[in-house]
Amino acid sequence: MPLMTRKIPTHDASLPAVELENVTVRYDQTVALDQISFRLNRGDRVAVVGPNGAGKSTLFHAIAGVVRPDQGQVRIYGSVPGGHICVGYVPQRKAIDWNFPVTVTDVVMMGRVGKMGFLRWPARHDREAVHAALAEVGMSAFADRQIGELSGGQQQRVFLARALAQEAELLLMDEPLTGLDMPSQEAILTIIDRLHTHGITVMVASHDLNQAGEQFPLLLLLNHRLMAYGPPARVLTTENLMAAYGGQVHVVHTTEGDLLLTDTCCGGGHDLPLPELAHAAPPVVQTVQHETVESMRPPR
Amino acid sequence: MDILHLLTDPLAYGFMVRALLAAIMVGIICPVVGTYMVLKGLSFFGDALAHSILPGVVLTFLFGWPLALGAMISALVAAFLIGVISQRSTLQEDTAIGIVFAGAFALGVAMISTASNYAVDLTHILFGDVLGVSTTDLWVMLVLGLVVLGAIVAFYKEFLVLTFDPVLALVLRLPATALRYLLLGVIALTVVTSLQTVGIALVLAMLVTPAATAQLLTRRLPPMMMVAALLGVFANVTGLYISYYLNIASGPTMVLVSTLIFGLVFLFAPGRGIIWRMTSNGGRSPAGASPTSR
Repeated sequence: MPLMTRKIPTHDASLPAVELENVTVRYDQTVALDQISFRLNRGDRVAVVGPNGAGKSTLFHAIAGVVRPDQGQVRIYGSVPGGHICVGYVPQRKAIDWNFPVTVTDVVMMGRVGKMGFLRWPARHDREAVHAALAEVGMSAFADRQIGELSGGQQQRVFLARALAQEAELLLMDEPLTGLDMPSQEAILTIIDRLHTHGITVMVASHDLNQAGEQFPLLLLLNHRLMAYGPPARVLTTENLMAAYGGQVHVVHTTEGDLLLTDTCCGGGHDLPLPELAHAAPPVVQTVQHETVESMRPPR
Repeated sequence: MDILHLLTDPLAYGFMVRALLAAIMVGIICPVVGTYMVLKGLSFFGDALAHSILPGVVLTFLFGWPLALGAMISALVAAFLIGVISQRSTLQEDTAIGIVFAGAFALGVAMISTASNYAVDLTHILFGDVLGVSTTDLWVMLVLGLVVLGAIVAFYKEFLVLTFDPVLALVLRLPATALRYLLLGVIALTVVTSLQTVGIALVLAMLVTPAATAQLLTRRLPPMMMVAALLGVFANVTGLYISYYLNIASGPTMVLVSTLIFGLVFLFAPGRGIIWRMTSNGGRSPAGASPTSR
């Protein structure tokens, strides 16, 4: 028997997959999260959007139980995150040392460590779980590659597979699409779509408002406080975005509707075609990098 | 004189046999533990820890207690102080390490200077005295070494998760803080074990250099540990023989051999050596990795 048996909270399926109640997190004197309350149901897919430094990573850490809220409560299927090992976390790519001597299989097997217990080596069902997870994300052919030898999209899929091997029921992905080319982004979005049919709840941090609005049925707009939460058409309003992005957003009135400019300092590849977000006089959302309003032409 | 005699002649002396056994044991233990230090960026911590154990070593030396005991107590006190200073102030951890390390080392040197045969003993403590290893020392090294290797094997998968992705360790609800202290404790024990062979000032080279060389040659952790141990043993044994025939201090010679091997691998390693990269079209692949074929 494992040396230490963990108390794994039972899941009450009638309760929300994620529920936050007045969650406040402070670092020293600054408030990272201010009285956040919302709930997600099983299988929901939510994109968490907001300016840089809005507390997206902190929110994920609080939900994962890595950071303890100073006030308020996080509940996963009705109980605090502390004992849950069903929360999968896909870190930002820059948080990982890609020269680390581990193969794709090694990384995915790490997801099983919580289930194995101390002084145990991977058993057959652990190896099977790893194979299945790799097949699910289409990375079986790369099982023996060192992780630094993969492309950015492949690396992201490996970490997705790790969360699957962990048998995660709630998946938190921190900026998984940042810096990836379009085919890689689409491959990952397809996998996320499929996860939701398995009843896995997915939260994805993104600073690409366009993509979040197009690809996710729910948006959560964050800037330390919860600015808006709901379907994209209700969240991506001029009013909400002005409130969330403050000085970083500029509204330009054009003949074709409002042009909304946000200035993000990090990441790349956001000069995407403008989507129609909603029919009733929608603001057109365009993310530009360190550009002034004057240099931006309204779309023809 | 043939090669065989070159190798066997020194073993006519008992002190050389003991030195060889010590060199081999340290050559295995240090690089295996050093692998985690290289991967987790703990080199400075390891060096500081080694210097911080000086006061304890001197104290136990003066009272005639086992050196390992004083060294262990010093290491624990130093690690505790570093933790307190970095957590209870706005200082960075490396600053806290620097303060404790220099202060403890100064205390140790000051204590030695009050003793009579100051110069000789300080040299031995700083640079090791592998030729003076006793049979009892060997037994202590063997036991401590087995404890260290046992911990590395027993907690292999937990240490791997902790080193690669500390957030995952927390998400998987592993006792991350306890595991971190266990790893630091294992490093401390390793430093204590190697003290007699290479001394305080050079133990870092034993820990870090073979492991760093191995990282340039391998793609997974278990092979990295094995290659590191092989390189450690080879460097120490070769260094010991060179020091015997050329009459150079043995600890530094072992370290120099190890450094030389690192230099060669750094230049010529397939895939990752700089010569290989320059001659093979930059060796470009996604994420800046080398396209090492399997």
